[in-house]
Amino acid sequence: MSMINYASREINCKLVYYGPGLGGKTTNLEHVYKKVAPDTRGKMVSLATETERTLFFDFLPVDLGTIRGFKTRFHLYTVPGQVYYNASRKLILKGVDGVVFVADSQLDRNEANIESMQNLYDNMAEYGYDLTKIPFVVQYNKRDLPNAAPIAELQSQLNPGWPVEEAVRKKVTPDPWHEGEFLIEEVDSMWLERAPYFESVAITGDGVFDTLRALAKTVLKLLS
Amino acid sequence: MSGAATWSLEESDYQRISAHLNDLLKVSNARCALLVDRAGQLLVNVGEQMSFDATAFASLTAADFSANDQLAKMIGEPEFASLLHQGEKESMYLADIARRVILVVLFDERTTVGMVRLRVRQTVRDLVAIFDEMFRREAPGAAPSTERRGLLEGAEDEIDKLFGD
Repeated sequence: MSMINYASREINCKLVYYGPGLGGKTTNLEHVYKKVAPDTRGKMVSLATETERTLFFDFLPVDLGTIRGFKTRFHLYTVPGQVYYNASRKLILKGVDGVVFVADSQLDRNEANIESMQNLYDNMAEYGYDLTKIPFVVQYNKRDLPNAAPIAELQSQLNPGWPVEEAVRKKVTPDPWHEGEFLIEEVDSMWLERAPYFESVAITGDGVFDTLRALAKTVLKLLS
Repeated sequence: MSGAATWSLEESDYQRISAHLNDLLKVSNARCALLVDRAGQLLVNVGEQMSFDATAFASLTAADFSANDQLAKMIGEPEFASLLHQGEKESMYLADIARRVILVVLFDERTTVGMVRLRVRQTVRDLVAIFDEMFRREAPGAAPSTERRGLLEGAEDEIDKLFGD
């Protein structure tokens, strides 16, 4: 639920990092925290267990710049990835403006990725939100590991595309981040749209800001 | 509905809300009052300037309230409309406003829970009326204010520039 505060001259938006346990959601936020100038970020809050597993959420507010004299403040949240914590995970989605799904690229995490993606759709639907209609990007993390699945395989499992219904949107749309690929295209006489995707190694920071900037930009464009 | 709706807090809303909160502080002798939306964003903060990070405080308040909402449902209550966290010296009282916003009042031994609870009741009624009006303004089909309509209109270039494209 983006909120335009005319009194403090801020545009506030909420972005949520979702995905299976140990996939790198918290690591994404930690990298953002380390890299942005201290005067453009607030305190990072982590509600975690003693073993540093996210219990409720991590929270980090960052300013990404000024538009029309208004500060763009993005509130970044992660959810607990473990299946066990679904009740608290769902709460964090309330009022969300954009979602990053952080997938674990390792072959043996395939099932956990699929289960978490399904859980995201279900939890969004419970709030009446449609994931195909809000800013949404997929991040394939841990690309540096030897057992990382090929991108094409991950895409077909986690981001196969959803049917485009409105006639006006049925036009070939290139993927600006991947040459020769498309976000909207006709496949077997059916128009399909996919979420933009990014490859990352969150622990070194590769791809972390590309993901965040793509999502933040889409959220702001929706307001314009 | 496809996603969470956008809404705005205009300068005049801010003034009206702040006036009610300042009145509340005066009559209850509490230290400060904050308004936080259910998504965790801080809207208004009046009274003594606290030493903590208000943005982080707001996100935790929303999470606290949401978690308690679910606990209420589990025990068969539709909601907990208010919550009290009582410390040795500092305490906080939280109250729901129109299911969209949370009022947080921080107080110490200069007043009592009973006094805060009593005075908050009237403030909740006043704020519910204000927020009902604000959200009606944002409802689908309602004409956006001139101020808001103009804010990001045609700002695509500026957004591209901000992200270095």
